Amino acid sequence: MSADSDLRARVGAIPPGLDFSPVSRVKPPPLSQATVAIVTTAALAHPGEPWADQTHDYRLFDRDDARLLLAHNSTNFDRSGFALDRNVVYPIDRLAEMEREGAIGRVAPRHASFIGSTFELGTFLLDTGPRLAADLRRDGVDVALLTPV
Amino acid sequence: MCTRTVSTLSRALEAAGIATVSLLSNRKQAEGIGPPRGLYCAFPLGRPLGKPLDPAYQRRVLDAAFALLDAPALQASPSSPSPRPGSAAAPETTEPLIVDFPDVIEDEADQPLACPIPPRLDPNEAPAIAEARALRPAYERGLARTGAPQVGRVVDADGLPEAIRPFVAVVDGAPWNAVEYAGGRIGELLLDIRAYYETAALGLSDHVPAARASESWYHRKTRMGDLLRRYFETVKQADPPFPALFYLIPLSQTEENLF
Repeated sequence: MSADSDLRARVGAIPPGLDFSPVSRVKPPPLSQATVAIVTTAALAHPGEPWADQTHDYRLFDRDDARLLLAHNSTNFDRSGFALDRNVVYPIDRLAEMEREGAIGRVAPRHASFIGSTFELGTFLLDTGPRLAADLRRDGVDVALLTPV
Repeated sequence: MCTRTVSTLSRALEAAGIATVSLLSNRKQAEGIGPPRGLYCAFPLGRPLGKPLDPAYQRRVLDAAFALLDAPALQASPSSPSPRPGSAAAPETTEPLIVDFPDVIEDEADQPLACPIPPRLDPNEAPAIAEARALRPAYERGLARTGAPQVGRVVDADGLPEAIRPFVAVVDGAPWNAVEYAGGRIGELLLDIRAYYETAALGLSDHVPAARASESWYHRKTRMGDLLRRYFETVKQADPPFPALFYLIPLSQTEENLF
């Protein structure tokens, strides 16, 4: 069994008892007309700005920002992939190509990162998630692509 | 943990009128939360688009993810804000949508990257510190290959060898809480050290390593990896308790039950 298969097995399923409301799904404009943003939980950061563990906050990065560290504090995932090619986590160059091809309407001017190490989930639903949505909507975002590490 | 967060955030964004597609790295975790639209990719953790430096492959993943936007729209839950103008659509079902990407990519945590270790040329210096200094040219080559530095949370490459010294001091007998760690954050400092070594490994290889191969080289083959194991053994029964055993060694590199 690979290390990641073992880790997935150890983590297992969400414990019973969580109660989420029915899921909603909105209809976006055609992708070729949509503004797309990335929302990652990789804890992207600028040098000298580490993340606090267990925070629900998010940071916004301009689409042209090239000074990005993968600052997530977990030791339990590969980091060499991002070091070689940020697009394996944060596919900003792929989106730019899709924009040039007309496959998507526009790459959003700003993209977001959280740190995916937080056990308490309600604050994402009731506070920082809606606040990020408001920021993205001000940027005209129609579609968000979410990526973990 | 990340799949939990991604799945939860996707619900929040969708409830606020932004359509979402989520890449998922743990199917069981995602099923417990229920993202509106998710693509489960059985890829190494840390590589949600599968293959670094392979734009065509990454595009395949993205195309599969964005194809989920064609799934039928659902009515927002009663507590959700109204969809923005033009985004409303007829409800059809209340089930989250999780689709499997067809490929599986495995990590290689048990196969350390084949990289040379510099000889020990300074017998008066701690081996790990001397090693880190000797790896600087390899680090620079790796940095030229990767572009953006991944060292820099609490220490930069210039200060990194000396930042190893408190770990040496603890192994030599100092209490773990009586030494000063750069930046005052042991976890972030260790990630800087690991990033330095993994960047050096990329400077010492000429291909795209499998996931966790450079991690394995760092922890199993280098003098720094050896120092970390001895530090771990020193602090794991310490009084006062060491607060961050989980951040010293990945689960993939130890038989200890840190979970």
